[in-house]
Amino acid sequence: MGETGQISRRNLLVTGGALLAFGPTRADAAASDAEITRILAGRTAKVTGLTLDVPSIAENGLVVPVNLSVASPMTATDYVRAIHLIAPENPIPLVASFRFTPASGRAATSMRMRLAQTQTIVAIAELSNNDVLIAQAEVKVTIGGCGG
Amino acid sequence: MATATPRVRLPAIAKKGDIIEIKTLISHEMESGQRKDSAGALVPRKIIKLFEAQFNGHPVFSADWNPSVSANPYQSFFAKVEESGIFEFAWTDDDGTVTKTTAKITVT
Repeated sequence: MGETGQISRRNLLVTGGALLAFGPTRADAAASDAEITRILAGRTAKVTGLTLDVPSIAENGLVVPVNLSVASPMTATDYVRAIHLIAPENPIPLVASFRFTPASGRAATSMRMRLAQTQTIVAIAELSNNDVLIAQAEVKVTIGGCGG
Repeated sequence: MATATPRVRLPAIAKKGDIIEIKTLISHEMESGQRKDSAGALVPRKIIKLFEAQFNGHPVFSADWNPSVSANPYQSFFAKVEESGIFEFAWTDDDGTVTKTTAKITVT
């Protein structure tokens, strides 16, 4: 009731891959949706637990810092297997997949990515118990970082 | 291309059970395969596609990189150290070239 399109889209995404149904206007929507669907593999993602830290405004799309973390004990029986980073508006949406082990001690990583344009970044974490966590954050890009 | 030069920063000493942060950087243009040269021809893709870190032969962390990773890729992560030993870092290029470096840590 009274929900905006934005909220319903988010809810749909949470239910797992249903983002497809709300195909936004982006050119390579299919590629990023396929990537998200492949990673989720039928599982339902939770919207808590995964921290995706990106700047809200990136002046230079060539170098956009990203911090990712999941609060996890990182023991042999309870750890984060992987975190996937997706930039849906980039020509190749999957930016990177980070793979952890219990020897990582902490499920956290930082890196720098290229962004072609303003977009909502998606991160998906896969846990050892088969749980999946998802987080999203918008980055406004002043100068694009692909092509040219 | 000039040889990729890796740089790694981590503490030299740590206490048993400490979780340490490891910061890595390697010089590499990470040519995305999306860019066109002045003549309008597509510049072929040439990136580092895999980064791996091991401690005393056991995997600690790895990353699959795609063309959206920035040039001169920076990668930080953590490791829990229970004993003294050697970290091995390896960056694998599209053409199969592997750049390696190591770092020693003393755990007390």
